[in-house]
Amino acid sequence: MTRAAKVGWSRIALIVGSVVLLEVLCRTKIINPLTMIPPSTMAVKLYEILASGQMTDDIIQTFSTVAIAFVFSVIVGLGIGALVHALPRVRRAIDPLLASYYSIPFFVFYPLLIALFGLNTIPLIAIGVVFATAAMVISTLNGLDRVPRVLVKTAKIYRMSPLSTVMLLTLPSAAPYLFTGLKLALAYAFIGIIAGEFILSGGGLGFSIAYAYQNFDNDTMYALMMFVLVVVTLMNAILHMWEQRLLKRRARA
Amino acid sequence: MMRDGASGSAPVMTGQDRGAHAVLRGVTRVYPGAMAVHALGPIDLDIGHGEFLAVVGPSGCGKSTLLDVLAGLNPPTEGTITFEDKPVHGTVPDGVGVVFQEDASFPWLTVHDNVAFGLRRAGVDATEIERRVTYAIGFMGLKDFTKAYPAQLSGGMRQRVCIARTLVMQPRLILLDEPFGALDQQTRLLMGDELLRLWRETNATVMLITHALDEAAMLSDRVGVMSARPGCFIDVLTTGWPRDRDSRIVADSAFGTLTGKLWSLLRGESLKAIGSREGLTQSAGA
Repeated sequence: MTRAAKVGWSRIALIVGSVVLLEVLCRTKIINPLTMIPPSTMAVKLYEILASGQMTDDIIQTFSTVAIAFVFSVIVGLGIGALVHALPRVRRAIDPLLASYYSIPFFVFYPLLIALFGLNTIPLIAIGVVFATAAMVISTLNGLDRVPRVLVKTAKIYRMSPLSTVMLLTLPSAAPYLFTGLKLALAYAFIGIIAGEFILSGGGLGFSIAYAYQNFDNDTMYALMMFVLVVVTLMNAILHMWEQRLLKRRARA
Repeated sequence: MMRDGASGSAPVMTGQDRGAHAVLRGVTRVYPGAMAVHALGPIDLDIGHGEFLAVVGPSGCGKSTLLDVLAGLNPPTEGTITFEDKPVHGTVPDGVGVVFQEDASFPWLTVHDNVAFGLRRAGVDATEIERRVTYAIGFMGLKDFTKAYPAQLSGGMRQRVCIARTLVMQPRLILLDEPFGALDQQTRLLMGDELLRLWRETNATVMLITHALDEAAMLSDRVGVMSARPGCFIDVLTTGWPRDRDSRIVADSAFGTLTGKLWSLLRGESLKAIGSREGLTQSAGA
């Protein structure tokens, strides 16, 4: 077995082990059943919820909101990143602001966003975008900073247009950093939107979890939490695998 | 200490019998700004058709700036440059290939795709691309690495990829900016042999920028010696080597004489470049 495979198996063993441990602790009532239900019960309940279709609208709402916020953040983040990179003076001015960006508790603005846009998905998309865009901007700047100057010269030798330089040289060269941006933007969009749904929303997964919590419906609450965790982990795993394939070529043998 | 750039004391270098391939007249380059830097010139230079010209000079003397303006990567501040009788001003003309000191291989492409990149951009048809890429890869000894990525290769091999990438475009003027600067001495000698082989095979005109006097002496027909900044030619030496030569000429006594002569021309300039007192005294006395 290769070292990477060993690491992979250890990781899976750790996760499976934790779930089994939790199951045992819940089944033996070391963990109070009113506090937490066994993972197997969560899974059964989740299956019921998904099979009955009662949550389909909420699931679609959350994922479509996340998707819109993610795509928007990536495009806007790439654009702002590229623009700021091209304007060193602006860069110097906003660098400290970017560095301290995530120390701002954005959720305090959520009521304001609702006042501005109404109680619909727009404030949610806005909070997702506000959360995710900065990660993409920072990653884009990082990536562009590391594009070797010699590649720009090479583009001139091939008499490439600015657009083809960006598409064929700059983006591939910065790709590892942009990938980090994609992963962070997806995670931040999820966090922003689910948390937004928790606070003030009439639908979506975050709302459904909060609703179940307020109604002492532990089974539904935990089942939906499990669902969110599994989906986010799977999405990240897919991005991670894609990233690894890309990086493998660049790693020294 | 900056020289008066307009004094025009630089010697005009004439090319070989076959006529000038590239001509520079009164070329200067000043980097503007509050503290404007006069980096180069005035330069008057003729590079002959099929000539192998090396340019040596102290660090920071504007050697790379000279290459950049000749390649069309940057426009000159003053003066004119012509390549094949057409003016060059800030755009790279067709037929010019450049190899840089830095690794310019594309890490996301295989050796094959790196070499094919320029041809694909130029819209050359697929069979012709394959023919030229196979030839260039074979010529540079990369046949067993066509599917490898640059990260899997040594520094010398990556530089071969960059040379192959330039070679496939069939350039008539090849400009090399310290291409072996990052390699060890033995690899450099061997890469020098490859370069001579390439030069003979393609009949291209070659200008090699280098800080290695032995490399300049071994490879070229003529060696241009540049002063400290702003870089002007202080002399040009003809090596007199036969066209069919290789790194074994380092054992020739003429090689030692030539390298010695280059160093005696350059020593004062190099001292100036590093700001040594001896250099300053010498230049004040000159």
